Amino acid sequence: MIAELGHYFLILALGLTFIQAIFPLIGASRNDGRIMMMGESAAYGQFFFCLLAFLALTYSYIISDFSVAVVARNSHSLKPLLYKISGVWGNHEGSVLLWVTFLALFGAMVAYFGRNLPKTLQARVLGIQALIGLGFYLFMLLTSNPFDRLVDVPFEGNGLNPLLQDPGLAFHPPFLYLGYVGLSVAFSFAIAALIEGRVDPSWARWVRPWTLLAWVFLTIGITLGSWWAYYELGWGGWWGWDPVENASLMPWLVATALLHSAIVVEKRDTLKSWTILLAIIAFSFSLLGTFIVRSGIITSVHAFATDPERGLFILIFLAFVIGGSFLLFALRSDKLQAGGLFAPISRESGLVLNNLFLSVAAAVVFYGTLHPLISDAVFGIKSSVGAPFFNTIFGFLMIPLVMMMGLSVHFKWKRADIKGISQRLTAIMGISLLAVVMTFYITYGGEIMPAIWLGLGLWLLLSTAQELAGRIKLFKVPLKNSLQRLMHQPRASWGMSLGHFGFSIGLIGIIATSSWSIEAQKVVRIGESIDIGDNTLTLNDVIAVAGPNYSAVRGIITVQEKNGKIYMAYPESRTYVASPMTTTEGAVKTSLAGDFFIVIGEAQNQDNWGIRVYYKPMQIWLWIGASIMVLGGIISLSDRRYRVGSPEGNKTNEGKKVKRKSIGKKNHAH
Amino acid sequence: MATTPLNKGLKAGARKKRRLYLLVTSLLVLGLAIVLVLNALEDNIRLFLDPTEIVEKGIKPGQQFRLGGLVENDSFESHHEGNIMVNKFVITDGNESLPVVYEGLLPDLFREGQGVVAEGHMNEAGIFVASEVLAKHDENYMPKEVIDSLKKRGQWQEGEKGGTLTPKDKNS
Repeated sequence: MIAELGHYFLILALGLTFIQAIFPLIGASRNDGRIMMMGESAAYGQFFFCLLAFLALTYSYIISDFSVAVVARNSHSLKPLLYKISGVWGNHEGSVLLWVTFLALFGAMVAYFGRNLPKTLQARVLGIQALIGLGFYLFMLLTSNPFDRLVDVPFEGNGLNPLLQDPGLAFHPPFLYLGYVGLSVAFSFAIAALIEGRVDPSWARWVRPWTLLAWVFLTIGITLGSWWAYYELGWGGWWGWDPVENASLMPWLVATALLHSAIVVEKRDTLKSWTILLAIIAFSFSLLGTFIVRSGIITSVHAFATDPERGLFILIFLAFVIGGSFLLFALRSDKLQAGGLFAPISRESGLVLNNLFLSVAAAVVFYGTLHPLISDAVFGIKSSVGAPFFNTIFGFLMIPLVMMMGLSVHFKWKRADIKGISQRLTAIMGISLLAVVMTFYITYGGEIMPAIWLGLGLWLLLSTAQELAGRIKLFKVPLKNSLQRLMHQPRASWGMSLGHFGFSIGLIGIIATSSWSIEAQKVVRIGESIDIGDNTLTLNDVIAVAGPNYSAVRGIITVQEKNGKIYMAYPESRTYVASPMTTTEGAVKTSLAGDFFIVIGEAQNQDNWGIRVYYKPMQIWLWIGASIMVLGGIISLSDRRYRVGSPEGNKTNEGKKVKRKSIGKKNHAH
Repeated sequence: MATTPLNKGLKAGARKKRRLYLLVTSLLVLGLAIVLVLNALEDNIRLFLDPTEIVEKGIKPGQQFRLGGLVENDSFESHHEGNIMVNKFVITDGNESLPVVYEGLLPDLFREGQGVVAEGHMNEAGIFVASEVLAKHDENYMPKEVIDSLKKRGQWQEGEKGGTLTPKDKNS
């Protein structure tokens, strides 16, 4: 009954989406406020019914209603509640439903927070959001209905893949989807601007918080996925350049570029067509990612039930959305007034270069991901592009990008004083070069590139710090005044500083862990030891333990670090009841210096155990860096001037706002 | 940015020049990227082959490629030589089979009778020496290349999805 209700709600939501897709657009073209108003109500209604449908499916999971096909295929009555719920989106049908629910949520948010937008713009954004939604509702109802019933109801479900029963993964897809779907708002704003033929600084100010929101979610989603892969899969890796991972990286790269180019539109009223194009491309990559994941057209280690019929549907939808928006762009982009000029050495130019490198990086990932497909279709050769391909190219692209990042934060708008800046940065440059030489010396015999990258990471870190120090006049005025200035920095500036700061810390972690990780694999008996670096691990015992829905063997291992520290580690190898499969639960001992990652394999004969140990230097810096970036995004998002959809600001706080703004102006004038 | 008629001519010239700068920079970066891509592709493309293709094409020992197929039933054995774990199994496409040796711990989802993709090279003795056995996230998962290969060898029945429940009636 509940499942049928869910199905019914979905169809109702589809109906409202039709209304939301048609009337606001008509109203906007006739400039008829009453017709446009229908968009808002339809957006609320659509979200309401879509949410009800989602809750109906969730309910079916919670009560383990195995007459619903997706529940029977993916759930199990013995699963902990958290994983019953996360099971809702742990499969194709449910994840599409979650996608659409988020799309409807963002539509409702545009309706609510966008009340102060120009009426026609808001109506058009809502209309375009609904057009995207239509595609997904039809996709779901025609090819992947989550409420399909089974005729033969099984007594027990198939169970969720145990690897996916993990808090990190429970929340990874929702965040990723929020990011993907969030970019649809930037896309809708871009298309609406093309229809209206007008892009100006206020447009950029409206679109930026939405992009930032999507970017924050995307960053969280990607980080959670990477973190999960790291500690759960037990091979010590955190990024494999797999097509599905690439599918999430491409929109992230473009969204990052978009965040930066929108600043140029806002501050300097230029770079408009490019920004519109980025907004279109960012969302196109989101859709492409969905296509790659759902069609199974490219071999990935990420398994999803795939179906050619679904692939074809998404492909047609993709062609329609991407083709349509590019056509519109080609037809209308000349209507956008060309903006002001800027000097080669200026903040604008720095941001343009940043955009250039990020877009090229995205293009490289795009090509590398699709290469197997192209080579198979054109030459009939089955092949794959390995991780070294991406690593090599990113290793090169990173160098100018990070150098510019460190430099251009010091640039002023319009024209920068390159001489003064290079003088101020001499010390930092010296320290970074020294770091390169020292790293090369310490790792003598190794490669030179990691030393260069590490120096770059340090350069970015110090340069970001110096920029902030300069802004608060550290050591130039009394410390108390500096702190006061620090507290009064506009939140958007905080966002920039933290974003770059986090990036540099993450980068240093990435460099260290990918360049200097060591690994040891050995079959040992109880009492025997493994050496890794100058550290020793001893297997004391192996015991059997029972979990809620699995049984496991647990290794009891003493780790003796070279600095004399001794502690215990307990890696497990679990066998799940529902599906006969084993997963390794690595024991990870984390510190700022590096992680020990210990994995125990299945028993060999009797007392021989396969043990694998990794030492991953500065691995945690990666997660810390990503967290700081997210924090920066959230702080920036809370900036009053960028408050989601608040073009004129909140009227009741008008006085306060003016005051803040003047402070912001003062600090921003540099 | 309102342009007054006075400096319009000057700005048009400057605009052109700066557009040119931008264009040249973009082309340079793009060109550099293309060179890098082509260079890196050459070294990093791994052909995907099934056992039949290897027998037919006569792959040279030492050449790196990816081998895909099913792990033949009852072919898996593992022992340890000193402290190193040695796994031996056979990868088949139903037509031809190839012995594989892999040193190290296998991924969690490695099972007999299931699809597998391994990267490595042939040695002189005609054994595939795997340097990596790729982990899959799902016990029912079949790599697309393996499905294609099995189809080509006539070993695949449509709808074969090891152990998944499929709805009996789609419209119910």
